[in-house]
Amino acid sequence: MTIVVNSGVVFLLLALALWTVVAREAFLAIVGFVAYGLLLALVWVSLSGIDVALTEAAIGGGLTGALLIGAAARLRATETEARAQACGRPTRVLALVVSAAVAVALALCVLVLPDPAPTLAHEVAADIDATGVGNPITAVLLAFRAVDTLLEALVLVIALIGVWSLTPDGFWGGRPGMRHRANPDGIFGYFARVLPPIGVIVGIYIFWTGADHPGGKFQGATILATMWMLVLMAGLADAPPIGRRWLRIGLVVGPLVFIAIGLAGVLVPGAFLAYPAGFAKPLIIAIEVALMPTLVLILGLLLAGAPERGARP
Amino acid sequence: MSVLVDLFTCLSVAAGAFFYLAGSVGLLRFPDAYTRLHALTKADNLGLALVVLGLLPQMGGVLAGLKLVVIWLLVLFSSAAVSQLIARAARRREAGA
Repeated sequence: MTIVVNSGVVFLLLALALWTVVAREAFLAIVGFVAYGLLLALVWVSLSGIDVALTEAAIGGGLTGALLIGAAARLRATETEARAQACGRPTRVLALVVSAAVAVALALCVLVLPDPAPTLAHEVAADIDATGVGNPITAVLLAFRAVDTLLEALVLVIALIGVWSLTPDGFWGGRPGMRHRANPDGIFGYFARVLPPIGVIVGIYIFWTGADHPGGKFQGATILATMWMLVLMAGLADAPPIGRRWLRIGLVVGPLVFIAIGLAGVLVPGAFLAYPAGFAKPLIIAIEVALMPTLVLILGLLLAGAPERGARP
Repeated sequence: MSVLVDLFTCLSVAAGAFFYLAGSVGLLRFPDAYTRLHALTKADNLGLALVVLGLLPQMGGVLAGLKLVVIWLLVLFSSAAVSQLIARAARRREAGA
């Protein structure tokens, strides 16, 4: 029975992946991609990778899907024109052959992996008590491989700077995106007033429970950023001008606290991002709490896009 | 007793799955956006309700059961709101076309 369900899910995944590649219109491809992400999250659940599933559903399917829909809406006007300039059949066949070869090579690599695959899980399990957190994923992300998480946060800051660099000169320091207007008594306004209080609680819960259960700051921050976007899109509030001091401080506070704690580790235990014995848990919480506003602001502002008007409302 | 509970779960989840099937058939077969929305929202809300109802006795705790009910209510709320918005967009497009 399980094998029937699993084969069905694998077949659906492959079909959705194929659909995403061959769909003629960008919007249709994105719909396929989002469905693919949600189905992939279900696959991670059935592989007991709840943390990965949450991230895939929140960021892979949800947030990336929203970003892509925004991009497709901007490109719609030029899509026919771009398709007319698409490369010819030989180039496309070549691309197909190269992609298929990469896929086959990857599949072969996975098949020749030694069984059991090389793993550091035993070392993590042996040393997890030193970190004071109960969820091994959080222990890896914020203690054993904290430098990866630091670089991830920095990459997000750089991505936002990349989006902001598309700002026309006259609007620098202005407000991102269009001013949305919706009937405040309409169904969307109602939706955007009722859902955020619930979403904020769920987001903070997911963030806080990440210490001992599946969850964490990225998933929690995505939910909070989505609630913020909902309020903006319903026109209940306006996006802040990107020149605001509090906004800039919020954007860098997470990485700065992270780096400061990392540098302090050089002095006391003697290595970058090493935590003094017994202080691991409070330091991890300090980093996560500091990263939270940074992540919410960055994810929300990435969705809002580059400034398109001045700082005045 | 536990056999009865399991039987209830099986029946309720199967009934839920049937509503999902009916909703999917409606989505594929109905002629326009409004009737498709009707098929989707009605069938999926009731289907999810039956699945949740069937899983409730298996949760082994009031808190876990409450979480399931909250998930159902949230899906109900968002699908009701989103189907309103989609229907409104469809009508606006018809009026414009």
